[in-house]
Amino acid sequence: MYAFEFARPRTIAEAVKALKRDEALALGGGQTLIPTLKNRLASPSVLVSLTGIAEMKGVCRTDDGMVAVGGGTPHAVVAREARKLYPALAALAGGIGDPAVRSRGTIGGSLANNDPAACYPAAVLASGATIVTNRRKIPADKFFRGMFSTALAEGEIIIEVRFPVPRKASYQKFRQPASRFALTGVFVARFDDGVRVAVTGASEGGVYRWKEAEKALTAAFRPSAVEGLKVSPKGMIGDLHGTPEYRANLVRVLTARAVAAA
Amino acid sequence: MPKDHGIGAPMTRREDVRFLMGRGTYTDDVNVQGQAHAVFLRSQVAHGRIGKIDTRAAAKMPGVLAIFTGEDFKDVGGNPAGWFIGSRDGTPMREPKRPVLAHGKVRHVGDAYAAVVAETYAQARDAAEAIVADIRELPAVVDMAEAVRNPKNRVHDELPDNVCFDWGWIEDNRAKVDAAIRAAPHVTTLHLVNNRLIPNAMEPRASIGEYNPGTGDYRLTTTSQNPHLTRLLVAAFVLGIPEHKLTVVAPDVGGGFGSKIYHYGEEALVLAAARRLGRPVKWTAERSESFLADAHGRDHVTKIELACEKDGTFIAIRTETLANVGAYLSNFSTVTPTFLHGTLMAGNYRVPNVYVNVKTVFTNTAPVDAYRGAGRPEATFSIERVIDVAARELGIDPIEIRRRNFITPDMFPYTTPVGLQYDTGNYGATMDRLVEIADIAGFEQRRAESARKGLLRGLGVNCYIEACGIAPSNLVGALGARVGLYDAATVRVNATGNLSIMTGAHSHGQGHETAFAQVVAERLGIPESSIEIVHGDTSKIPFGMGSYGSRSLAVCGSAIVRATDKIIAKAKKIAAHMMEAAPEDVEFRDGKFSVVGTDKSVDWGAVCLKAYVPHNFPHESLEPGLEETAFYDPANFTYPAGAYACEVEVDPGTGKVTIASFAAADDFGNIVNPLIVEGQVHGGLAQGIGQALTEGAVYDSSGQLLTASYMDYAMPRADDLPFFRVDHSCRTPCTHNPLGVKGCGEAGAIGSPPAVVNAVIDALHRGGYTHVRHIDMPLSPVRVWSAMQR
Repeated sequence: MYAFEFARPRTIAEAVKALKRDEALALGGGQTLIPTLKNRLASPSVLVSLTGIAEMKGVCRTDDGMVAVGGGTPHAVVAREARKLYPALAALAGGIGDPAVRSRGTIGGSLANNDPAACYPAAVLASGATIVTNRRKIPADKFFRGMFSTALAEGEIIIEVRFPVPRKASYQKFRQPASRFALTGVFVARFDDGVRVAVTGASEGGVYRWKEAEKALTAAFRPSAVEGLKVSPKGMIGDLHGTPEYRANLVRVLTARAVAAA
Repeated sequence: MPKDHGIGAPMTRREDVRFLMGRGTYTDDVNVQGQAHAVFLRSQVAHGRIGKIDTRAAAKMPGVLAIFTGEDFKDVGGNPAGWFIGSRDGTPMREPKRPVLAHGKVRHVGDAYAAVVAETYAQARDAAEAIVADIRELPAVVDMAEAVRNPKNRVHDELPDNVCFDWGWIEDNRAKVDAAIRAAPHVTTLHLVNNRLIPNAMEPRASIGEYNPGTGDYRLTTTSQNPHLTRLLVAAFVLGIPEHKLTVVAPDVGGGFGSKIYHYGEEALVLAAARRLGRPVKWTAERSESFLADAHGRDHVTKIELACEKDGTFIAIRTETLANVGAYLSNFSTVTPTFLHGTLMAGNYRVPNVYVNVKTVFTNTAPVDAYRGAGRPEATFSIERVIDVAARELGIDPIEIRRRNFITPDMFPYTTPVGLQYDTGNYGATMDRLVEIADIAGFEQRRAESARKGLLRGLGVNCYIEACGIAPSNLVGALGARVGLYDAATVRVNATGNLSIMTGAHSHGQGHETAFAQVVAERLGIPESSIEIVHGDTSKIPFGMGSYGSRSLAVCGSAIVRATDKIIAKAKKIAAHMMEAAPEDVEFRDGKFSVVGTDKSVDWGAVCLKAYVPHNFPHESLEPGLEETAFYDPANFTYPAGAYACEVEVDPGTGKVTIASFAAADDFGNIVNPLIVEGQVHGGLAQGIGQALTEGAVYDSSGQLLTASYMDYAMPRADDLPFFRVDHSCRTPCTHNPLGVKGCGEAGAIGSPPAVVNAVIDALHRGGYTHVRHIDMPLSPVRVWSAMQR
């Protein structure tokens, strides 16, 4: 780790200001950034912690029936507080990493990093959630732009994520044996007007919607609806833990299991 | 009622109190007044020629005290291989020098070629980044078969090719074995890989070098499994320090599994730096350094053939193995794939013809050496896998084929065709016990239950035998060892009757402080609480060979028994003097000395006090004091053996394997502490299951380690493991050591991988995937699923 300054603003305005400094970096729960710093792979002048901002924390139901999660809310809090409001989301949060990761890592940090094997992007995309920043509201479909890439501009902070609550939903994750990130994870959300299916961990392009499955499941919401679908291994990630063909298989298998579990 | 103390009692480990309270003292916990910090520069390429190393800018950085490169050590000795192994054609093995810091070439990713010593760790790290090294990358030698085939790319330029030696065991039997296989009615051939593992001790390696310019004394505090051997290597072979001027201390050590047996260059560096600077120098490995630069384990590629009669009677076994030794010869790297492997290739079976061929190969990867089990897991895996495949081909039940070939109890001592003499055992009895504790009879019902959940259930069974208690010096000497393999203990009785036992064995998780105390307590009839076990400091303990090869209790424990017996003999003389009797009339029982046939007695405490307050001793015939040392060199290896059963569930959709149950029936001979034995077996099973299902070190074709962190190297975790059923009630005590013990530290890691793989293949066959003959470890979900696809 190289030396850096540390700022812990109390308000969004203070955070925005602090992030304007040269080579400033926003710090959520630090689950990716701190190891990066320890390996001397980044050298920010100042780290701006977003975990001391009260208005960015917690889970609540909004007046229009959505579930809003503050950008600085740790996974463990979502797992606890969203249990009744959005059980599938709470289950996803409760399955990220281990207790230490869940008590530090935040939803905002996870989404801003957009690791191709992260869990939250699947929930956000499948739910058709809205990412609220200090500048604007970004629909999920426009937020994720490929591995480690998002629509966020420099210095833009995720204040809150608003989830429409589906009638039924389930997230099925197959863990990479070493890291226990999602080797592939599928979030299926059934709304009154259709089904959305988002896949994480599988594609070289990061989280994506499996539209063919959405169509099939909107027509008939049962596991067999996807069992006959073909998933192309083209564009799937290939590494030590899974070939493209294997990940393509997992996409189909996990989608069917998510439908069964929803 | 189990005993509450002494031999056989399930006493909780006394050392756990300090470990669980965070009160252990590990090397990194030690901070010496005035210490500086060392950081190593490690090669980022697998193979490269070192040009100029420009240290000028770094030397001017704040806090920098010294910078070392390979040039600084070119005139000191190399770190030697502990065993000499000759090739089949009579030529000696090739022993390229292993320098303190790489010189001329870097030979693996992580090979240290420079070191910076600075006031603080951060300053040393900053300065290390300012060193500019011109390293011209060369083609990497990674794949063993390619390394043998193509001697043009060589890890060591001075050698003609990449082969360290080509070993045949037993070479004279080769023609006979070939003929037996040619004539056999059935031959099963299997190609398999014993996957490379990274030890991952919880505590990374660390070393502190100290030098006292006033006395010329050196001190090395280090993470070692055998401080005396480290002292011998670093002092006599590498740096040329007189042995008596170097103290090596291995304080609490957080696991070794073999990786901390060996002497490493970092230890020599901190000593040399301390000497140059006149102040202590400390280094603690980062976890990434542990991945890159600790000695790895296993890494064999084997072809095994098993010839049998149609009824499954074994006729012959023949193997051809390529064994990776990595870039340099680590201390035990030449014995691990040979005498710890080839000599076990008859397993638990009557198999009249066995021939083993091992080529050891240099590659541009980290050195490979003994890792929990060391050679014996490789042998067991090869034998027990090929037996399973043969059983399937011949239509014989896998338990039955093993029973038909067991060496039976009436045949001991049994001389195998690969040079060992098993002293005792009862393989049928351990198998009987296994069948019972694993509830083999209930398998079909459990399989049906799994099937209802959509899962494929399989049962895998195997046996193992190991040669432990390493080892008789005269035997290993004949086989090529350059050291003896005895151990030593000093028993010091204090005036107030309590004891300090100084042991050559080193405890880094094995529970010696508890078990050794039980041995002495039993012998002397006194409580364990009055016995202290001292280990790990060469200035306190007698010259011992350390802990590995499940040897501590069998070898050092026996030395403790011998020294304790000497104490009793001496104490009897003192008691005889006190009671005015002849020593031969004194008997010692339950902590009391009495004159046979009289009511005269004195107790332990009175005799101990008298030893140190010898007011009326006849000093010509009776020395004061009560302290004895014994060196024990065993007559043979010990031969723990057992039978293991694993049940797995395979998810056909994902290929994921879940261990549904695991049962282990072991014969460890006599048991000193069943609780510790059970813990050792659990740990071994976890490591063996880790090898079978999750662990595997992978280098890419350019020699980069792809599994260089826990993000990609999958250690087994608690939720990967079932509750184990272990049993060690089958006991055939070792016939040649005074405790009748065999050792239990490695069994779990040796015996479990084939059980897991056999179970997965069984599950797939029962599920209709009959085309799957073998899957190489680790049986990760993707490998199992891929194998299932036709």
